[in-house]
Amino acid sequence: MNSATVTRADFFRPSMAKRIGTLALFVYVIYAFATMGLSGERFAKGLGYGARFLAGFIPPNFTQSDILPGLLESLQIALLSSLIGTLLAIPVAVLAARNLMPAAVSWCARLVIIFCRSFHPVIIAIIAVKAVGFGALAGIIALTFSSVGFVGKLLAEAIEEISLKQIEAVRATGASFMNTIIYGVVPQVMNRFIGFVAYETDSNLRNSTMVGVVGAGGIGGTLFSAFQRFDYDFVAGIILCIIGLVMIGEFLQSWVKKAFHG
Amino acid sequence: MSTLSIQNLVKAYVPGKPVLRDISLDVEGSGITAVIGPSGTGKSTLIRCINRLVDPTSGIMMFEGADLAKLSGAPLRAARRRIGMVFQEYNLVERLSVMENVLSGRLGYVSTWTAWRRKFDEADIQKAFALLQRVGLADFANRRADALSGGQRQRVGIARAVMQSPGLLLADEPTSSLDPKTSVEIMELMRDLAAENNIPVIINIHQVELAKRYAQRVIGMSGGLVVYDGAPSGLSGEVLQKIYGGEDWLAT
Amino acid sequence: MNSATQELQRWVRFTPQQRLGRFGVYLGVVAAILWALKTIEIIPEFLYDAPEQVVDMGKRMWPIDWAHFWPVVWPALVETMHIAALATLLGLCMGIPVGFLAARNATPIPWVNAIARFILVATRSISTLIWALFFVAMFGPGALAGALAIAFHSIGFIGKMFSEGVEESNRGSIEALQAAGATRMQQIVMGYWPQVQPTFWSVALFRWDINVRESAVLGLVGAGGIGMALNAAIDLIQWDRVALILFTIFCIVIVIEAIVTQIRKRVI
Repeated sequence: MNSATVTRADFFRPSMAKRIGTLALFVYVIYAFATMGLSGERFAKGLGYGARFLAGFIPPNFTQSDILPGLLESLQIALLSSLIGTLLAIPVAVLAARNLMPAAVSWCARLVIIFCRSFHPVIIAIIAVKAVGFGALAGIIALTFSSVGFVGKLLAEAIEEISLKQIEAVRATGASFMNTIIYGVVPQVMNRFIGFVAYETDSNLRNSTMVGVVGAGGIGGTLFSAFQRFDYDFVAGIILCIIGLVMIGEFLQSWVKKAFHG
Repeated sequence: MSTLSIQNLVKAYVPGKPVLRDISLDVEGSGITAVIGPSGTGKSTLIRCINRLVDPTSGIMMFEGADLAKLSGAPLRAARRRIGMVFQEYNLVERLSVMENVLSGRLGYVSTWTAWRRKFDEADIQKAFALLQRVGLADFANRRADALSGGQRQRVGIARAVMQSPGLLLADEPTSSLDPKTSVEIMELMRDLAAENNIPVIINIHQVELAKRYAQRVIGMSGGLVVYDGAPSGLSGEVLQKIYGGEDWLAT
Repeated sequence: MNSATQELQRWVRFTPQQRLGRFGVYLGVVAAILWALKTIEIIPEFLYDAPEQVVDMGKRMWPIDWAHFWPVVWPALVETMHIAALATLLGLCMGIPVGFLAARNATPIPWVNAIARFILVATRSISTLIWALFFVAMFGPGALAGALAIAFHSIGFIGKMFSEGVEESNRGSIEALQAAGATRMQQIVMGYWPQVQPTFWSVALFRWDINVRESAVLGLVGAGGIGMALNAAIDLIQWDRVALILFTIFCIVIVIEAIVTQIRKRVI
């Protein structure tokens, strides 16, 4: 019997590939920062400005009159686009599910979903503003597209993961296509679906505060102009309101999930 | 007039390599017809062709005045709701309650709205309760299906199939996932329910002993053809060898 | 026992509390939607005008100005990729520690948890565009502002996914390490880290994918990347160039998705 000594290196042998990978990453980071023109001096100056901002933020100013209408408009945009987007996403996701549909149909639906997802809502908002003018409608259109993309993709994936055996039995009873979906598919994806919708509504709420920057309604526009006016205390107020709105949204979501769970 | 008349049924998953080569048989009256044979010989395919979960390559299957092989759309669904099926892995909708699973037997008869709101007829609900009582699961109506044991799930599966008021009951290896004692209980339940409701049953089964004990008629398949069709008492060692091949597994 | 004249048995799908809860939610949602529909300002003339506007825009976008690609769009695209990569790395560096601090089992100090959670909510409530406004004002226009903006915005998501991963991890191995006398740091590295490692890759890839999309947009406020080329083209009303840039973004998103799917298959 060979009594070979076991050395530390046998268990913790550093992987050559990992080392090279980490080194490459390090080199890349330095290179990328260099292309951005970051110098010590620039950084220091920036920090100086940053300090000025922070000083300007305190105390935050909530009193200007257009903060509430702006917030409410953002909320409206978020709610309506989540509703319309989800309603549209459901049939698209069912059509995109490869286990339920023939390849030709599912590919078309997936293309629709990919298209909706590829573009940032702000980009779609720009186009929407051109089409329907400034205001909340452009924002709703933009976020509806992004909702269809988001919920559609996740729902299609959830449908593709269900057990087909349960569906087979329902089909064997002579149930129509819709009845099969209702009894076979829906129970299996319902919980996850509610999670997606909750996340999507939260996402839309956040994004609705942003599309205003390009004129698509909501508090984003107010924020942008306040910033350009150097009204930093107002900016701070708006931001705190946005954070508050998102936190309330999160809180409500957990309530809804509890009411529907199980 | 037979309930189900199959003539020259052929099924080839891969062209040129038929799994079912030329099956002809008639099923009539009530009582259990057991289909036995080695794995891969097409027993499951035969059962699934009948309610078109698998589409046959050619052949005729006459059931209640229509050729099942040629139906599609609404007539196919109408035919399917007259054929109940019990599955090897129960195939209940796990997240739904036992009651909802039994009521799913009525899905071929109700509208989309009714299905969504679960507003089944009172008569259906009472029948469902009666069936649950009959299969011994009266207190389980609101339990989730995935909280049940295998034997209990299969009972629900049987209740679901009978709920359809079918003219024919199919069972695809209903006892293969169950222990021996539960298997016997399930076979007895199917035999009794079928007799009470006067429904012929076709069971695809691999446990020959169960077939001998509960079936009135045994069909032995081998290589995609019917090689034996008669009473269980005729299943001698020779016949079984013809069906399954090999000698060692026989007790004699 | 049941007699021949038994009462009909009732089947109830939901318990009374469940019914109440569900009804409450439906009511709330319908009320919110009705309020939103009533109070939203939509100018009908613009709506009717819309198809015409879209067609007009479509006409102006065709033919696509391919010549614009190499001189302007390609360097901008490269810059966008740098922004996305750096932002993801920075975001991971900042978000993971905050995630650990927010996890109640890894950091059993409630006030630290609360602050960490607040940081997570705050950073992701402030959208990247708004972060970009700040950083552009601080560091001047360019890719640096963009990278920082996306990085800071990502902290919320990365930290949240990590803290959930940590909270769901198995206590057993951590306790064993504690019992053996490991320090907090050692517990984290040897106990939690191996369990959340798959989450790490999943989160990193997911975030990188999203960050590429975000970095395409930041140029609108001057934070570098392909968004600046887009902004320039829009300002100059050169829709054929806009079309080129949109097409480029579409292609790059698809490529990244494909890459991410491949990496996921191999690593996770």
